[in-house]
This record gives sequence, C-alpha cells and structure tokens, in this order.
Amino acid sequence: MRGVGQRQETLAALCFLLPNLFGFLLFTLWPVVAAFLLSFTYWDLLTPPRWVGVSNFVDLLGFSSTADGWQANDPAFWKYLWNTLFLLLGLPLSMAGALGLAVILNKKLRFTYAYRLVFFLPGILAGVAIFYLWRWIYNPDYGLLNTALGMIGIEGPAWLTDILWAKPALILMGLWLGVGGTGMLLYLAALQAISSDLYEAAEIDGAGSWAQFRVITWPGVLPVTFFIFVMGIIGGLQGGFEMAYIMTQGGPHGATTTVGYYIYTMAYENFQMGYAAAVAWVLFVLILGITLLNWRFGGKNIS
Amino acid sequence: MNYRKPSKLWHAFLVLVGASMLAPLAFMITTALSSPEGAMRATDNVLEMLIPQEWNWQNFAEVWEVVPFLRYYYNSLGIAVVVTFGQVFTSACAAYAFSRLHWPGRDKLFLCYLATMMVPGSVTMLPNFIAMKMAPELLASAFPGVDWMAMRYLGTGVDAPLVGRLIGLDSYFALIVPAMFSAYGTFLLRQFMLSIPRELEEAAHMDGCGYWKIFRIIIIPLCLPGLATLTIFTFMGAWGSFLWPLVMTNHDELRTLPLGLQAFQGQYGTEWHLMMSAALLMLLPIVAIFLMGQRFFISGLTVGAVKG
Repeated sequence: MRGVGQRQETLAALCFLLPNLFGFLLFTLWPVVAAFLLSFTYWDLLTPPRWVGVSNFVDLLGFSSTADGWQANDPAFWKYLWNTLFLLLGLPLSMAGALGLAVILNKKLRFTYAYRLVFFLPGILAGVAIFYLWRWIYNPDYGLLNTALGMIGIEGPAWLTDILWAKPALILMGLWLGVGGTGMLLYLAALQAISSDLYEAAEIDGAGSWAQFRVITWPGVLPVTFFIFVMGIIGGLQGGFEMAYIMTQGGPHGATTTVGYYIYTMAYENFQMGYAAAVAWVLFVLILGITLLNWRFGGKNIS
Repeated sequence: MNYRKPSKLWHAFLVLVGASMLAPLAFMITTALSSPEGAMRATDNVLEMLIPQEWNWQNFAEVWEVVPFLRYYYNSLGIAVVVTFGQVFTSACAAYAFSRLHWPGRDKLFLCYLATMMVPGSVTMLPNFIAMKMAPELLASAFPGVDWMAMRYLGTGVDAPLVGRLIGLDSYFALIVPAMFSAYGTFLLRQFMLSIPRELEEAAHMDGCGYWKIFRIIIIPLCLPGLATLTIFTFMGAWGSFLWPLVMTNHDELRTLPLGLQAFQGQYGTEWHLMMSAALLMLLPIVAIFLMGQRFFISGLTVGAVKG
C-alpha cells in the first residue's frame, strides 16, 4: 500500500516539477555544459566550429617570453580584470556607510521609517534610466556635480571622459545606489538582534561609545558583514556591463571596461564565441573559488 | 547613555544624507521639465538645477512622438507581465515538489538548482544566444512546412505592427520564454513553503484532496507573501532587463524601454530634456510598485541571507 502511495507521490512531484525542470535543463543546465565545450572551439558563427583544445585558455591566461621579458598573451584581459577589481573598491566604502547609517537608524529616532525609505530608493531605481541620469550629472559643462563643485570654488574634471576620474565616478555612483540598500537593511536586522542588556552592562562598566561599538556591535554584525562582502564580490566580478555600456562605452581607452563587458564585446560584437566562452568560464571558476572559500571559512555563520 | 548626543545632530546628518540621495532625482525632474535650451544652460547656482525653473509638461508628450515610445512601453509591459506570471507559476509548482512532496533524488536535484545560481549569466547566455540564432534554420529542416525565418506582421500593409519571428532572434519567444524559469524563484518559494505546518496538508489528504487541490487551496494561499515578493522581484527584473533584449533583438519594433532610451542619443548629441522625461516615465511603475509592496520587498531581501 505504501508503495502505491509513494509511486503516486513521485508521479505528482514529477508533474509539478516538469514545467520548471524543462526550462532549467534547456536554458540553464545544458548551456553551462555547452559553454564549457564551446570554450575549446573557435567559432565565428559563419563557418562551422573548429576544435582548438586549450588554445583559447592559453591565449587568454598565458604569458610568452618576448624581447621585453614575459608578456601576457592577452594584455587586454588583465587590464579589464584589474578594472573590475578596482571598481570593487566601492564595496568596502558602501559597506562602511551602510553600517554607519544602520547604527544611527537603530537609535530609535523619530522618522526612521521615512529615512529608510529615502535611503532605499536609489537602489530600487537602479538600471538603465539611472545610468543615463548619472551620465548627465557628470556632464562637465551642464551637469549637477560640476556646478555644485563650482559653487565651492572647485573646477571639476570631465569625469567620465577623464582617464583618471572615470573609475572613481562609477564608484561614487555605486555608493549612491548601494549605501542605503540591502546591506543597510541586513545591518539593521543584525543590530536589532543584539540584546540591549549588553550595552547597559557595558555602560555600567564605563565603556565609551567607541568601546561599545568595538566590543559589542562589531562582533554582532560580523557574520552579516562577511555575507554582504562575499555577495558583493560575487556580484561585482560579474557586473559593470550595463553602466559602462550606457555611460562610457567602456572608455576612455578601456578604463571602465570590465570582464563582463569584455565577454559582451568578444561574443556579440566580434563573434568570437569560443574565446568569449573561455573568458566566461574563467570568471565562473573565479566566483566558484570565492564561494568555496566562503563555505569553508564562513559557512558556520551563514546559511 | 548619560552623555547622549542631542538627537537633533543625528537628524541633521540623516537629512543631509537623505538630501544627497534625492538631489540627483530632483535634477532629473528639473531637466525633464526644461526646454531644450534650459537643459543646456550653464549656471552658477545649483538650486536652479534642483528646483524646476520651467514647467514644460509637453516634454512628456513629445517623448511618445519623436521615437516609437509607445511600442517600447507595450513591449516592456507585455514581456514583463508574461515573464512574471510564467516564472511565479513554474517556480511555485517546482517549489511545492521540492518542499512538500517526497520522492527519490529530490535533494540531489535541488542541490543542482542551487549550484546553478552561482553561474554568471554571461556563461549561459552564450549558448542560449547561439541556440536562438540557429533555431529557425534547425526547425526549417525538421518541419519544412513553416517558413521559420520569416518576419511576421500582424496584418498586411506598411503600418501593421511587426511581431517578429515565431522563434529565434527577433522573436517574442526569445524575449519571454527563457526568462520564465528561475532557480532563484524556486529557492525563494521553497523557503516560504517549508514553514507551512504539515497538519493542514494531512487533514486535507484525509478528506480526499489530491495534490493539485492541496497545492491550490492550502499551499498557494499560505505563501501569498512569498508569491508577492517573487512577483515584485521578477517584474522589476524583467522591466529593467537590458543585456538580454540587446543581444536578442535587432529590430526597433521588438525593443523594450531600456533599449529604447538610446533613441534620444541623437546624431548631434543627446537631447537630455527628452531623455530624462522618458527615463522618468520608465521609472514611474517601479516607484509605484515599490511604494505598494515595500513589505514584501524587504522580507524577500532577507530570505536566505542570515540566520545569526
């Protein structure tokens, strides 16, 4: 009797699963495998694909000895990887800001709800429309930022077309987008979970606010900090395409081209599908490595 | 605290932060209401950029006239609605199978789902692009009765709207179907469904309810907050989606709002007053959804994040 019931349940499960499983296999699982195979081919979509072994990976990651010493086979890739990592500098800044705001909002002031709403708003709007807005804000002649700087006697740079300032400009926009977003909400939740008895006890022992922060608050929010950091890195490594495409076209001189943008250019502009797949898989392995490190060292605190 | 800082100082700081969050948006509104000359006028006073100096409401009307904005709006809305319904439905069904039913291999398959959530979108997109590009030709050799390559119009004549191919690049199929399945959505709803008490289901089972009926009358009503969360997330994601439609379409008629904004980058420089009006029109539904569904939004963000 149990056997029949079990068989029925399995059959029912299969029916419920089928629509999703179909899409999952067709548009997610198979493409992962296909991209792996693709990375060992040369394919321009005009001629049939050619198996080239690991040569895409050698071209991408390898170094060759030249008259000037060792040179990367694909210096562009390393430059764009560096750009991607540089743009990640915004992450600790944004996290520090988020923690600061969360600590203040946790003081049970009035209007906390309204503040939280306003801080959260930019992250909701994030996307193409906001990238155009910031391109306009960074306009050297008519933009908001340089006008504001002009009022305090600073002549602002050309931001997005200045090779030195393009990356900081994108980081600044990222701060505006992210400082009051998910990170701040997670910090608020973590702060609310810390018992106020701890603070009262510390008060009695004569601990100042900084000491209280260091001994009680910081250990309390450490797991969340770790979580936001790892998630931020994983997101940041993949990201940067949309904002660069809209705001800078990857320029000036490739200063804002990220790895994600490089994959786009290789695949959909140069039609080097095999090479693009190799770059994408390298990115995947990088993210996989970070995730595994996270499980190994941070897994206890985070589910 | 016996030396508590006056809360006025904190308020001053928070208002300052809030103002810097809102200033760019104020600039957006001011520009959207400017005349073409007004938008491109250098000024020394930043307040003139934050408080509208002119009220050119006709910008919002002009947006629909100078580019096929209505078409972009239709496309965005239609695609987002269908994708959202599809994704919520398939995710809810799969989440039910993963959370409430017992069958061999369940947890292994779910781990498989979880694992793919780490894969960058750029990895899966390449084969999906190639598959979409080749689909019409493959189908033509398998089912030669249909002209799979043909672009289709709703009617005859020049003005009849283009609806693209049945499948492949430049088809609504490519814009909609691959986005209707989500491992993340399945994961999210499974978390919600796991918290439903077993007894309700068992009682319904005793009364002779089948699995579909249990799913419909017990599971769905009890995880409405989860469904609302996923609906909001999916809609916002589909509404703002940029890279996928950029790669999948070549025809203007099949493009969505995020791509359509490019149309205001004219040959002789960007028309910023129109660009900002159009961008505001694009953001309007997002703001509305956010204000209506904040509660679900915030609960969704914290699911699966931290248990402490």
